[in-house]
Amino acid sequence: MKRLSGFILFATICLILPIIFPDNYYVTVVGLTIFINIILAVSLNLLMGYAGQISLGHAAFFGLGAYSSAILTIKYGLNPWLAMLAGAAFVVTLSYVLSRPILKLKGHYLAMATLGLGIIVHIFFVQADELTGGPDGISGLPTLSFLGLAIDSDVKWYFVLCSYMLLSVLFSLNIADSRAGRALSAVHGSEIAAQMMGINTAKVKSHIFVFSALMASIAGSLFAHQQDFVSPESFSFFFSIELVTMVVLGGLGSTFGAVIGAFILSILPEVLIVFEDFEVLIFGAILMVIMIFLPEGLFVALKNKVAAFLAGRQEGSK
Amino acid sequence: MDQLLQFIISGLTVGSIYALVALGFSIIYNASDVVNFAQGEFVMIGAMSAIFMLKAGFSYPLAAFIAIAITAGVGLALDKFAIEPAKNATVVSTIIITIGASIFLRGAALLIWGKEIYGLPPFTTNEPIRIGSATILPQNLWVMVGTAVTVFAVKYFFDHTKMGKAILACSFNKKAAYLVGINVKRMLLVSYGLSAALGAAAGLLVTPITFMSYNAGVMLGLKGFCAAILGGMGNSMGAVLGGILLGIVETVGAGFISSGYKDAIAFFVIMLVLFVKPSGILGKGEAERV
Repeated sequence: MKRLSGFILFATICLILPIIFPDNYYVTVVGLTIFINIILAVSLNLLMGYAGQISLGHAAFFGLGAYSSAILTIKYGLNPWLAMLAGAAFVVTLSYVLSRPILKLKGHYLAMATLGLGIIVHIFFVQADELTGGPDGISGLPTLSFLGLAIDSDVKWYFVLCSYMLLSVLFSLNIADSRAGRALSAVHGSEIAAQMMGINTAKVKSHIFVFSALMASIAGSLFAHQQDFVSPESFSFFFSIELVTMVVLGGLGSTFGAVIGAFILSILPEVLIVFEDFEVLIFGAILMVIMIFLPEGLFVALKNKVAAFLAGRQEGSK
Repeated sequence: MDQLLQFIISGLTVGSIYALVALGFSIIYNASDVVNFAQGEFVMIGAMSAIFMLKAGFSYPLAAFIAIAITAGVGLALDKFAIEPAKNATVVSTIIITIGASIFLRGAALLIWGKEIYGLPPFTTNEPIRIGSATILPQNLWVMVGTAVTVFAVKYFFDHTKMGKAILACSFNKKAAYLVGINVKRMLLVSYGLSAALGAAAGLLVTPITFMSYNAGVMLGLKGFCAAILGGMGNSMGAVLGGILLGIVETVGAGFISSGYKDAIAFFVIMLVLFVKPSGILGKGEAERV
């Protein structure tokens, strides 16, 4: 139970907040964006932090999920849940087919290939306007309902997205302590050594790539229904970079690091907006300063500092 | 056939710019193992400074010179204040630092120069020159010749000058370079300055053709990165080759297939090349140390 005490505390805070502040803009509006970003950052961290495979195209899978839901429900009148499932099946197939050739690449070449994938998908959203509505996107998705209950208010969405977010975090925490998680970290350490230990590294990498894409796709479908609108802008190369920044800012390889990173990067623009023209400048400066002074990431650095402090106190009391 | 010639001329022009940006990437990568995502901002700062020096009444050559000097200064500052203090950072963390730097520089440009789009006059007259059935603008020639001269100058610098060789030594092995008396820190600083100056040169050459604004550096930087990867990361001549190939693929693809999918075609080709040759065209295969 001790292992999950952090998670239980986190879940409690998330679930209590909307009950205390049901009409707070930061809780029920910004909160929804934060949850989506946390899900995406956590899923990207599975790939980047655990398996050590960088991806600059994660927004593509998020976008494919969102567009699948929008197109299948509006143009083909499919049930929203079936559309979400179909989108997920499509993303799983696509990411599986692409995973082998892409994950054969390493380092900057892998970054390049995933970047290319993200940009190609984004251009497709903009250009294939008969299907995707072009730069204007698609609006008017049907309301999602769960067991007969229509999810039609910010507070209801809060609980839906919060549940999926908590599930993702729990899954990510658990995978680290499983056989699959140990295989992943072996791949991260050294692929050749992992192979020597009898790990099928190509298979392990491909599975986590597909899984992380699947998580992003479902997040995309939920995002599309919640926003009631999809447009290419939400799934651009810049968003992929932002996701990578969230993961690294919080601390690569740490689930709560990804959570903190996503939280900071989602809330920062909201806070900095008062600086008007200086917003971009300050945002860049904050990013640089954090990475220069805490290169291992905010959360991980903080955790290490606290651990060192506690160890020091124990030393002193002996 | 006539069309193809025209496309290749524009491809060579765009490709030359990509080549210069890619060369900048490759110099910094060689010297410090950092992929500098602020490279595109160097192009923007170079062009914007020149535009405003020209407005302030300086002559064209002087404005260009000052612009290159300003940009080189920004490059030095980037190394001194962002890269050097973060010497313990991992590769991914330094990438995020350079992304932060690029956002910061864009923010600064927005404050100084605003959101307007600016242009530069062409270097010389703008009478098109006919080659068979294709035409070429003098500025296109300036871009190609300017790039060729710059690339050869850089190559000469690394092959034949003491400082160039010292930087190369740092890229092979920093500790060994330090032990034979090379000031490693200063060589890194020079690499950032040089790389920024190359970016500024690219900006000066391209702005008379395409215009410039505070956020125009992003796409150019991205393409430069692609070109450097396509050629083989860390191989300077590979970067130049990658840039020119990328430019030609892009314009020919746009001309014959679809202009809307221009970038998608370019990225598709790059991915295919990487699937066949995972370390770029001129890159050497990497051996992993166990």
